[in-house]
Amino acid sequence: MPVITLQLVIFITVAALAIASALGMLFSRNTVYSALLLVFNFTTVAFLYFMMGAPFIGLAQITVYAGAIMVLFLFVIMLLGTEQIARIEQLSAQSVAAVLLGLVIITEAVVVFLLRNPTSLVVTSGGDVVSVNEIGGLLYSQYLLPFEITSFILLVAVVGAIILTKQEKPAGKAVEGEVKK
Amino acid sequence: MTISWLYIGIFLVVSLGLPAVAIILAGILAPKKPSPEKSIIYECGVDTHGETWVQFKAQYYLIGLVFLIFDIETVFLYPWAVAFDRLGLFAVLEGLLFIGILTGGLVYAWKKGAFEWA
Amino acid sequence: MSLSDLLILLPQAFLLVWASLLLLVDLFISKERKVITAILGAAGLAITLGLTSGQWGSRATGFNQMVVVDNFSVFLSGLFTLAGLVAIVIAYDNMRRTGIHKTEFYSLLLFSVAGMMLMSAAADLIIVFLALELLSIPLYILAGLAVPRAGSAEGAIKYFLLGAFASGFVLYGTALIFGATQGTSLAGIMASIQSGTAELPLLVIGAALLLVGFSFKVAAVPFHMWTPDVYQGAPSPVTGFMSIGAKAAGFAALIRVFSLAFPSLAGQFAPIFAVLAGLTMVVGNVAAVSQVSIKRMLAYSSIAHAGYILMALVPLADPSVAANSTASALTYLVVYGITTLGAWAVISAVENADGGDTSVRDLSGLARQHPWLAAAMTFFMLSFTGIPPLAGFWGKFYLFRTAIEGGYTTLAIIGLLSSLVSAWYYLRVIVMMYFRESEAGASRAPSIQIAAILLALAVLVLGLFPSGLFQLALQALANGVS
Repeated sequence: MPVITLQLVIFITVAALAIASALGMLFSRNTVYSALLLVFNFTTVAFLYFMMGAPFIGLAQITVYAGAIMVLFLFVIMLLGTEQIARIEQLSAQSVAAVLLGLVIITEAVVVFLLRNPTSLVVTSGGDVVSVNEIGGLLYSQYLLPFEITSFILLVAVVGAIILTKQEKPAGKAVEGEVKK
Repeated sequence: MTISWLYIGIFLVVSLGLPAVAIILAGILAPKKPSPEKSIIYECGVDTHGETWVQFKAQYYLIGLVFLIFDIETVFLYPWAVAFDRLGLFAVLEGLLFIGILTGGLVYAWKKGAFEWA
Repeated sequence: MSLSDLLILLPQAFLLVWASLLLLVDLFISKERKVITAILGAAGLAITLGLTSGQWGSRATGFNQMVVVDNFSVFLSGLFTLAGLVAIVIAYDNMRRTGIHKTEFYSLLLFSVAGMMLMSAAADLIIVFLALELLSIPLYILAGLAVPRAGSAEGAIKYFLLGAFASGFVLYGTALIFGATQGTSLAGIMASIQSGTAELPLLVIGAALLLVGFSFKVAAVPFHMWTPDVYQGAPSPVTGFMSIGAKAAGFAALIRVFSLAFPSLAGQFAPIFAVLAGLTMVVGNVAAVSQVSIKRMLAYSSIAHAGYILMALVPLADPSVAANSTASALTYLVVYGITTLGAWAVISAVENADGGDTSVRDLSGLARQHPWLAAAMTFFMLSFTGIPPLAGFWGKFYLFRTAIEGGYTTLAIIGLLSSLVSAWYYLRVIVMMYFRESEAGASRAPSIQIAAILLALAVLVLGLFPSGLFQLALQALANGVS
């Protein structure tokens, strides 16, 4: 039986919040509430990363997932106008698959945490390896090439986002012309 | 390690607590005179019809996508900023190259009119 | 990093910088003078080709052993840059004619070529993954370049979703291999396996996931579902480039990873490769028979050809055959690349101005109005079938020979029989062109005609003097792989 520490109390609180927000997201009938609960869920998970001594992943989780990706999620929800879509369960086959896959994950967790010695999973390498400072040091020396390649991938992604979503000019220009008349 | 994050936790609690206290205090102290006029959505202008969640303009999606990409850029620059002092001049140049390439993307997006709201 | 690191990757770095600049320069070129963009794009590829061929014969690793430049990477880089050059020549006329001349095409093509070149030089799974993304993302965009057209949108979405899924497999496989061996560099993984510190089940699962991801890229059955829709919907010049570029890059990754990192696993994977190869040959060739659209027909044909090449990866574990069989895979990639680029050049010329689908029937009577195009197409179809003395015959000859040498006679027989099936649909195209009433109109742009004729000549010359290419492929393996 582990000693009750401040850390354990915080962990249990955050974990409970994470599970509650995930369940709320699943069962909310309002898609916008679902999305906002998902933002909350991402934030609590980010908290867990912080507690495990991985601040970089935590911050990335908040900036990228809770920030940018959820903006796109919310936007898609608002663009599609999901309120008008009939609220009929149309994913019955998928839910069977989801339950099966969920069972797989639970089995995996049971095998890893109960049957194997859980301490074998602990990486014994002090807090420093995952510090942001250390990541910066590695990223700009040993992993320089992947880092710079990433910038080109992001550049291509910008171009792709614009080419594929932006319609050609003529329609826009015609409107401007009419205004001038 | 954990202690330094505890400070942030305390700040978080305080920053969430202060506005909460202000709102609750206002709720207790304010005089209560409810009227139907006060509970409609806007106290001025035309009454709303139907859902107040309207469909967004598709243009917004493009801006969201571009934001996402530059957001990822900041994630990469964060360790750069933190480890900056031990990395030396060369890493500064590497970071500048990274920013330079993505600035190219910004120029492209700008010139293509991705930010025009029309 | 030091300057010597940069020198090792100079061709790739140059191409990436050139592509980025081209993207920006293009914004300031007026719409009437977009030919400048095309010429600048081609010039960038030509300079890269020069830079990369200068590295032939040397071997160097750089960026903390993340990349290795050897004859193998130079050989494939040459193939990629040449394919890109041909694609630009075909695309300039075709895209203007079909009204989708978006000039980002040229810089995106350059980015994709750079990704393929990086893939051929990757010595670390992280670079393999990033190169895969760098070569794929531009291709997803290029597939959707004609996007108001429904087919193009459908193809692009399918390609993107399934491609992202396949990338996920590669990434997950990489993660598992990292977990099993504590490293991502191919040399490190091999050392870990040999010293026995690797956790075997995890490693095998990781390797299998990598295989799934790469099989998607090379369009091997059962990971081929996207191919017909994408090939049909994408603009024809893009398809031509994709059919060789993405395939060759996928095979580059397969050969590098499976012959460098897991030589000891190759024996266990041989039956899996054999089944993949057999299935791919049979399904590709049989499905191609019933196609009406020539684009879908060539898509299934490209699946079938991936099957022939996969056959060369089966005997990797046998050191006495490994060099010969890998060399025959490289030879076949070159031969297939020339032939498929030529076939797509002809389709790009014949394609209607609305850019819609092209059926085999649309080629009927081509011989009367465009004898040169029809003659070139005949060469390509015969080479695809494997009729001597064209290049395709020798490509298949080397592949089947090494399969038999490696003890996989059954596989060679399956290949031979499915080749016989393929003759039916390839010859149908020739019959259409020569023995049917004329309906076909085609572009009279000299650039496409010259490209098609030159490629046809290459098919003939490589067919008459096949040993030179095979020797070159053997040399490509001499100072690095196997």
